[in-house]
Amino acid sequence: MSARVITITSGKGGVGKTTATANLSAALADLGYKVVCIDADIGLRNLDVVLGLENRIVYDLVDVVEGRCKLRQAMIRDKRLEELYLIPAAQTRDKNAISPKDMQRVCDELRPDFDFIIIDSPAGIERGFKNAIAPADEVIIVTNPEVSAVRDADRIIGLVEAEQKGPAKLIVNRLNDELIERGDMLAVADVLELLAVDLIGIIPEDQAVLVSTNRGAPIALEPKSRTGQAFRDVAKRLSGQEVAYAETNGTGGLFGRLSKLIRTGGS
Amino acid sequence: MAETVQIKGIREGLLISVAEGDWPAAEKDLLSELDRQKDFLHGAKLILDVNGHGINAATMGRLRDQISDQGLSLWGVLSRSPLTERSAQAMGLATRIHQAEAREEEQAAEGLPAGAEAVLVRRTLRSGASIVHAGHVTLIGDLNPGAEIIAGGDVVVWGRLRGLVHAGAAGDEGAVVCALDLAPTQLRIASHIAIPPQEREEPSPEIAFVRDGQVVAEPWVPGMTIK
Repeated sequence: MSARVITITSGKGGVGKTTATANLSAALADLGYKVVCIDADIGLRNLDVVLGLENRIVYDLVDVVEGRCKLRQAMIRDKRLEELYLIPAAQTRDKNAISPKDMQRVCDELRPDFDFIIIDSPAGIERGFKNAIAPADEVIIVTNPEVSAVRDADRIIGLVEAEQKGPAKLIVNRLNDELIERGDMLAVADVLELLAVDLIGIIPEDQAVLVSTNRGAPIALEPKSRTGQAFRDVAKRLSGQEVAYAETNGTGGLFGRLSKLIRTGGS
Repeated sequence: MAETVQIKGIREGLLISVAEGDWPAAEKDLLSELDRQKDFLHGAKLILDVNGHGINAATMGRLRDQISDQGLSLWGVLSRSPLTERSAQAMGLATRIHQAEAREEEQAAEGLPAGAEAVLVRRTLRSGASIVHAGHVTLIGDLNPGAEIIAGGDVVVWGRLRGLVHAGAAGDEGAVVCALDLAPTQLRIASHIAIPPQEREEPSPEIAFVRDGQVVAEPWVPGMTIK
């Protein structure tokens, strides 16, 4: 077994990287894969909170890198899913506590034992981002259908291409049908037209996400949730299955055009 | 700035030539030049031509880290020194491809007036990317918002121009900007700055130039000539 290392990043903060990481990891583990997610947001950790594992942390990523514990000791097993592990970030240090090489080493050590290693990148384009991207085989960009988030996503895609980690895949998060209908929000096609990358998920805006992250229970594990389904679909697409996109006003009717854009995308 | 470091745009990115001489001094000049121009160069892919300098893997690794700290990425290293080539290859950096092309471009440039040398860039310029060139710039691909082209001469974008373009940056009022879809965030020609109207018609090829002290854009029509 050799894991695929997937880094989830966005440039802009607050678009849903951590939520996406938690839900994708949970959905993949729910499909039966062995998954470890790594919080690379050192100093501002919250993947543990979103997964509801905060009170189980003993050692963290920086402890591993600095040799204070074995890798296994820093891996926290999820309370719901047997095959899901978390390596938390340190809260009392900063991004300079680890280097891109450290991340590569940690991932190389994990690779033989897992199917997926999902890395939650911090916002920004500095050291933390470089750490998160260094070991990646694939990169998923999370963006919201708003101009500033798309602009930052574009910048990040350029940086990912420069690191030769591309082609990046895109999750459009927090799509609001009503706003699109009123012409007040970018539609998925508008986002793809600019970014010219492959789409891998469309996640609707949903207040239940807020509730689930506060509770530390990923929404991807709630069978009835439409948003949970959207995350499960992304997980299936990642595992190679073809899953059609749910009809929403943000996408409906545009798909002929959309698939054309996807095909001609990239550079 | 010392003449030890020269920067020019080529298709793959920016070719930076470092003159012969003492390496530590040349390296210092290189880094200070990059630091000085980092706002211009930000996000660029660099190909370093170090001529005969022999650089070991440790030094090369340090150099690459320093370059990436400036927000640039080192993509390739050209050198006559086998030691340098080996260190570059060990780090997965390109060591050829460009050399021949770079020379070709130099030759093609002969016969043109000084500063009129052109570069061709064939990729999408995403937010944060920047092309700075003393001559003309042709881009085959889109110029996204947040990306920029600063050219001494004309700028042609075979694609959607949505970022910032400054043509005739050294003061040439006769410079023009053409694009298949001219929708810049801001357009500058010489010392004139234009912000295009928000309301747009269907995209069509347009050409922008300075007329009576103002930047104007006109649809491209067959047979059109620009003085």
